[in-house]
Amino acid sequence: MPDSQARTLTAPTPAKERPGGTLYRGREGMWSWVLHRITGVAIFFFLLVHILDTALVRVSPEAYNAVIGTYQTPIMGLGEVALVGAIVFHAFNGIRVILVDFWAWATRHQKLLFWIVIGLWVIVMLGFTPRHLINVFSH
Amino acid sequence: MTAIPFPDEPRRRGTNWEKWGWIYMRISGVVLVVLVFGHLFVNLMVGEGVKAIDFGFVGGKWADPFWQWWDVTMLWLALIHGANGMRTVVNDYTKPGTVQRILKGALLASVVVLIVLGTLVVFTFEPCPAGSPADLLPSFCAA
Repeated sequence: MPDSQARTLTAPTPAKERPGGTLYRGREGMWSWVLHRITGVAIFFFLLVHILDTALVRVSPEAYNAVIGTYQTPIMGLGEVALVGAIVFHAFNGIRVILVDFWAWATRHQKLLFWIVIGLWVIVMLGFTPRHLINVFSH
Repeated sequence: MTAIPFPDEPRRRGTNWEKWGWIYMRISGVVLVVLVFGHLFVNLMVGEGVKAIDFGFVGGKWADPFWQWWDVTMLWLALIHGANGMRTVVNDYTKPGTVQRILKGALLASVVVLIVLGTLVVFTFEPCPAGSPADLLPSFCAA
């Protein structure tokens, strides 16, 4: 469809009026909040399961080993990469939230801090993922 | 410019629980970064990582009070931190009423049960249970 015709059919919205162009929506602050919430909920449900599986040491060595053995399969190994990724993001972004709360400089530079969180996350995951996957897939 | 006068609200009495929840999330969060990162490093990065975890591995760790207290501190801080976060999520997506009360009740109940269970497991753990094959147990059981 030619551009001129499209304009007659849909009222074009100037870029600065779109939600994505506002201070928060679609920007670093919103994604920081969204990712913090999603990773937090995911970690919480893993924590519930993880306490129950660890409690099996009180049942018998065989029961604990049987269940913990399922954590060492390739699929769960990939799941552990996702879990650690969620934890590392939640940790670094949580520190960002605290800095933004208590430190005026951090409040002004909250967007930069979001990208620092992403950068540190990439570095930690580059350190963790190869080592963990080698352990999972090669022994 | 004239300052906006404070409204004549009566001063609230009693503990401001939301404020203390807010403070708790930040203090426990900082401590949990250290505890959880240490937990992940020792269990997943050292040696053969997740492949080395079995009953003997856990027994070896909890033979040391240092790791017992590490794990119990992590258990309490993380469960309360997580449940309080989930409470915020419930507040955001439900209206006050029966559903909200049931969800918060379920959160409270699961956290209380798991804190009691986890604490008992760590401190009543028997690393060398009688009658178990020696190859499943920590190496110090044979001594």
